[in-house]
Amino acid sequence: MLQADAHLYDIVGLSLRVSFLAVIWAALAGLPIGALLAVGQFPGRKTMTVIVNGLMGLPAVVVGLAVYLLLSRAGPLGEFGLLFTPTAMSIAQAILVTPLLAALTRQIIEDAWLEYAEQLHSLGTKPWQAAVTLLWDTRWSLSTVLLAGFGRAISEVGAVMIVGGNIDGVTRVMTTSIALETSKGDLPLAMGLGIILVALVLILNAVAHGIRTWAAVKFK
Amino acid sequence: MRAMFPLVLESIGFSPSGNVILKNINLRIEAGSFTVILGPNGAGKSVLMRLMHGLLTPSHGTLHWGDAPARPQAQAMLFQRPVMLRRSVLGNVMYGLQIQGVPLPDAKQRALAALESVGLLQLADRPARILSGGEQQRVALARAAALKPRILFLDEPTASLDPSAMRAIEAGIAALHAAGTTIVMVTHHLGQARRLGQNIVFLANGCIKETTPAHTFFKQPQSQAAADFLKEELP
Amino acid sequence: MNLIRRLLFVALIAGALPSFAADNFITVASTTSTEQSGLFNFILPIFTKDSGIQVRVVALGTGQALDMARRGDADVVFVHDQAAEEKFLAEGFGVKRFEVMYNDFILIGPKEDPAKVAGGKDITLALKKVEESKSPFVSRGDKSGTHAAELRLWKIAGIDLDKVKGPWYRDTGSGMGPALNSAAAMNAYILSDRGTWLSFKNRQNLMIVVEGDKRLFNQYGVMLVNPAKHPHVKVKAGQKFVDWVISPAGQRAIAAYKIGDDQLFFPNAKK
Repeated sequence: MLQADAHLYDIVGLSLRVSFLAVIWAALAGLPIGALLAVGQFPGRKTMTVIVNGLMGLPAVVVGLAVYLLLSRAGPLGEFGLLFTPTAMSIAQAILVTPLLAALTRQIIEDAWLEYAEQLHSLGTKPWQAAVTLLWDTRWSLSTVLLAGFGRAISEVGAVMIVGGNIDGVTRVMTTSIALETSKGDLPLAMGLGIILVALVLILNAVAHGIRTWAAVKFK
Repeated sequence: MRAMFPLVLESIGFSPSGNVILKNINLRIEAGSFTVILGPNGAGKSVLMRLMHGLLTPSHGTLHWGDAPARPQAQAMLFQRPVMLRRSVLGNVMYGLQIQGVPLPDAKQRALAALESVGLLQLADRPARILSGGEQQRVALARAAALKPRILFLDEPTASLDPSAMRAIEAGIAALHAAGTTIVMVTHHLGQARRLGQNIVFLANGCIKETTPAHTFFKQPQSQAAADFLKEELP
Repeated sequence: MNLIRRLLFVALIAGALPSFAADNFITVASTTSTEQSGLFNFILPIFTKDSGIQVRVVALGTGQALDMARRGDADVVFVHDQAAEEKFLAEGFGVKRFEVMYNDFILIGPKEDPAKVAGGKDITLALKKVEESKSPFVSRGDKSGTHAAELRLWKIAGIDLDKVKGPWYRDTGSGMGPALNSAAAMNAYILSDRGTWLSFKNRQNLMIVVEGDKRLFNQYGVMLVNPAKHPHVKVKAGQKFVDWVISPAGQRAIAAYKIGDDQLFFPNAKK
């Protein structure tokens, strides 16, 4: 039983690492995109907003397939040998989560922009400066956006199964373990893993709520 | 250096989506003057100020700043509700300078000096958004002053403040004017207009009804509209 | 601004870490039947202890595993469909095929046995009865070795699936485990390999109905992926694995794997 626990810690630890990295990448791309969509004044802004919102509905398994084809030895990025590694899983999760972070960020920044627009224009702030200022100003709301993205990333199974290969000890994470144990018919074990995963996501949501409440009082 | 003044508005009109908000505005603001814009609600005073400051674009007419080729940078504006960023008081005052590319140590020095001049140095490290309305407006004034603007626009800056806060803001504005800053202010407070203003621009229904020196305006307004307005407003 | 630079640094470091992981590994494309039966969990640690080489198994259906190797995403293939393996060799993707072990297929069915096939020793007769009675039957439908075997048996039984397919024949396109789950839920017949069945925990109403027919024999083969087609293949390490699996040590390990008292796989590499 103890040995099983050590194995379990590995799987949980890997899940957390993969999704943590994925959210960092997704944030580096998604937050600036969201902010610029909110405050920018460039042609095609409305179209891009619609596209970003639409990409939130991107089927995960399609992303998995696309990343698989990209990273396969037969594909354009094959030379890096990234297929069936945790990095590939982070890449797939990051692609899935970026539109979510961008869309949520855009909404938050747009609401803040209503309050700040005139004053920032008065001070001569350029759009990219406004984007950076607002990203920092809404940092507490954005931290909950990041947690939402993390929750989405760590819940992903289809895409990470395809690009990770569910290799024991290497790319087996909580979700792919649950899928595997279910397919082996070991439903109690699958359920146990599922409960742990749900508990993780619930804790995340509680932390997000706590941050929102604390920041609302401290900073108004 | 190119002369920024006088600010001249010629036949300015503002009609977004067909609604005529302002028409046929002709106005001249001289360097160092203190102009107060008065008028009933809905006259278009705030819109006129935003046009002058460059936050809105006129639908017709022209606007020149002396012989400067484009909108000058040396201007600032205070709004009825002060807008504070989620950072410290000092951070807020430094913000305008940082946007303009002033290096950090200089920005900090100028910001501290500006806070000192409005008497809020001791609040420098507080989160700005938990301050009272009056304190926030003083921070906004410090932020504007730190930029060393040649002209300062104020849109009903003391409307939401209690009397002592109002006096503090008025003192700050007067100090800036005394140091040479041109002031353009919208206010509903006639006592304030009488105390501070040099020229009164009276706006009603989107048109300028008269432009009169302050001491004359309150004793003997030139237009019927202004006379009616003063009769209603003053006891 | 400072914060952004700090974040970028963390991101780059975190991204670089995985590439410092173990370099001494091979990727083996194998089937769900070998993985889910637990065979690999048993024999691979023995190999790794012996050679120091980590074996990463990607478990798919035989067809998918061979396709994966064709794309160059594996170093070794370990599957069970002789015809498909020989095609793979003929196309030049494999170096040489070695027989490793065999197990057998069994016909699983519901205790109620609507097609009345339980206890029989003739698989083709059983399949005919299932088709005639239109009893629910779950197929893997995923180009796996088991699927290929199933199709072969229908053919030997003289049944043209395309003509007789109907709601009774459920093509699930899934691995052995999920297909067994579906069969358990549908109370259906299904062809399974013995290894997966023995380690399958969700049997519900299912039991073995037909076994022992010589035609249910299931041969596994192992091949090194051809470096001529994919120069990056880990030839030395991959060959070590192939050699070990057919060596007396490897064969002993295979024979030693049991669930309870049942041996699942029978080594038969040519000496």
